Amino acid sequence: MTSQMADVIIRASALSKTYSVKEGRARKQVQALRSFDLEVKTGEMFGLIGPDGAGKTTFMRILCGLLLPDSGQVAVLGFDPVTQQHKIKQDIGYMPQRFSLYQDLTVEENLNFFTDIFQVPRQERSARTQRLLEFSRLGPFSKRRAGALSGGMKQKLALSCTLIHTPKLLILDEPTTGVDPVSRGEFWDILGELQQQGVTILVSTPYMDEAARCDRVALTYAGQILALGTPDQIAGQFPHQLVRIFTRQPYDVAAALRQLEILHSVELYGDHVTVALDDPVTVVEIIRKNLDKRGYSYTSIDSGQADLEDTFVYLMRQLSQATQPELGNDLDSHAK
Amino acid sequence: MPNEAPAIKAENLTRRFGKFIAVDHVSFEVRRGEVFGFLGANGAGKTTAIRMLCGLLHPSGGEAWVSGLSINQDSRKIRQRIGYMSQKFSLYDDLLVEENLDFFAGAYNLSVADANKRRDEILKRFSLEEVRRRLTKSLPLGWKQRLALGSAMLHQPEVLFLDEPTGGVDPIMRRNFWETIHGLAAQGTTIFVTTHYMDEAEYCHRISIMNYGKIIAMGEPSKLKAEFGLPTIQDVFVHLIKGA
Repeated sequence: MTSQMADVIIRASALSKTYSVKEGRARKQVQALRSFDLEVKTGEMFGLIGPDGAGKTTFMRILCGLLLPDSGQVAVLGFDPVTQQHKIKQDIGYMPQRFSLYQDLTVEENLNFFTDIFQVPRQERSARTQRLLEFSRLGPFSKRRAGALSGGMKQKLALSCTLIHTPKLLILDEPTTGVDPVSRGEFWDILGELQQQGVTILVSTPYMDEAARCDRVALTYAGQILALGTPDQIAGQFPHQLVRIFTRQPYDVAAALRQLEILHSVELYGDHVTVALDDPVTVVEIIRKNLDKRGYSYTSIDSGQADLEDTFVYLMRQLSQATQPELGNDLDSHAK
Repeated sequence: MPNEAPAIKAENLTRRFGKFIAVDHVSFEVRRGEVFGFLGANGAGKTTAIRMLCGLLHPSGGEAWVSGLSINQDSRKIRQRIGYMSQKFSLYDDLLVEENLDFFAGAYNLSVADANKRRDEILKRFSLEEVRRRLTKSLPLGWKQRLALGSAMLHQPEVLFLDEPTGGVDPIMRRNFWETIHGLAAQGTTIFVTTHYMDEAEYCHRISIMNYGKIIAMGEPSKLKAEFGLPTIQDVFVHLIKGA
């Protein structure tokens, strides 16, 4: 029992949260979380993925004690994030989607400001700031104003500010949105180093390549968990055979294939179209004939393994066709 | 067809801020109806270049034409001919969806009759009819994104500039957005788009990759991948930027 307790750093059960949203003159109830259960293990890199309004930000804010759930239980490091906030405040680092850096202060001054906020002991301040500058590769820019940093560097500085009190648990809400692929890679290398040092990381991301770097991922939708497991386990939940058609006319090919009722789904991926089907031998022949008849060219039709994004998109489409996604369930506008 | 003027043409376009050269002798052409992906690292100069092309910022050197108009001489006219949308949608949160469209129709000097007609067309085209009487701030991100795109299309611009239009948007919304973009391009609108999602680069007819103010690679995604012998544009991008 005790070892199991120590193993779990975040435990949420049956969490529900409803917002009241204004629609014209009327008010409407929107459920951000519905009986949401999740456990994150100590030392894990845990990814939250899901469409806008899935409840990811609401969940993170509840964990940080910034929002109260309507019902359900939550424990972070074994404590209630609201009533026992003082016990865990020093152990949690939270980086919201729009982290407030002081644009007119330099990199170093921003870090110093956060040492004040978190009351880092005076004798440790300089060493800790130096370590974070080195760690985030921001050392050469320590005298630059935050406002003059590139997007990727701003996110690294925000992360460094979040780490100033050496938290055991990091909660990062889409930390790399708007960041270029090279800087994103560097940011995730830093997260990997933190995990090796024993920090538990809960991170939401719209990038599937980032989700694939997590130990476990929860796919969330409309306030619930739709799928949970390692990235491979989730990819393995793809319920059909997957075929990729590489073509220079992906839009036309996708439009043509959407008229074929034997296909379970047709998705565009830039230079190819992904199709979910059963009985590939027969169906691929039908696809070939159909495309040939219409005069669409393709370079190859390959059967492939579904990856995380294929499965994510497939499951989401099924749901959004079955249930119209709830309008207004947008946390940026309501959870403030 | 061979003699059709490009929708966008830049020649040695340059912008300095003090000693810093944000855009350094950049040259390219974009055909009418083309979807052109303008990629680069953060801070590479993409937004500065877009601001010049939109007639919002004077170049320090070089010249560019958008819809045949010079950015040095006709910047005001250019702004009437182009649409612009960025990830920071310039929507009025406290207005209703249809009021936002009315506001932008006014900003583009559409007549009342045209404004009403275009508003209804946009509401239909971008599947916003059911939310026309809703407060903009109560919309989910994906819907706001469609409204922002619709607002930028009210005056039927010939060229549409999209500066990271899909930042933070989930994979399904991004796909839907790109299908819309392709539909606009197929009808002749030229699309000039920046993105950090490298899978989206694969949707573009051609892309350029910018680093430290210069274009370091340009071409069709499939040809660039073949040239560098790499499977994805993300690999090409990382290879080029890290190698720089």
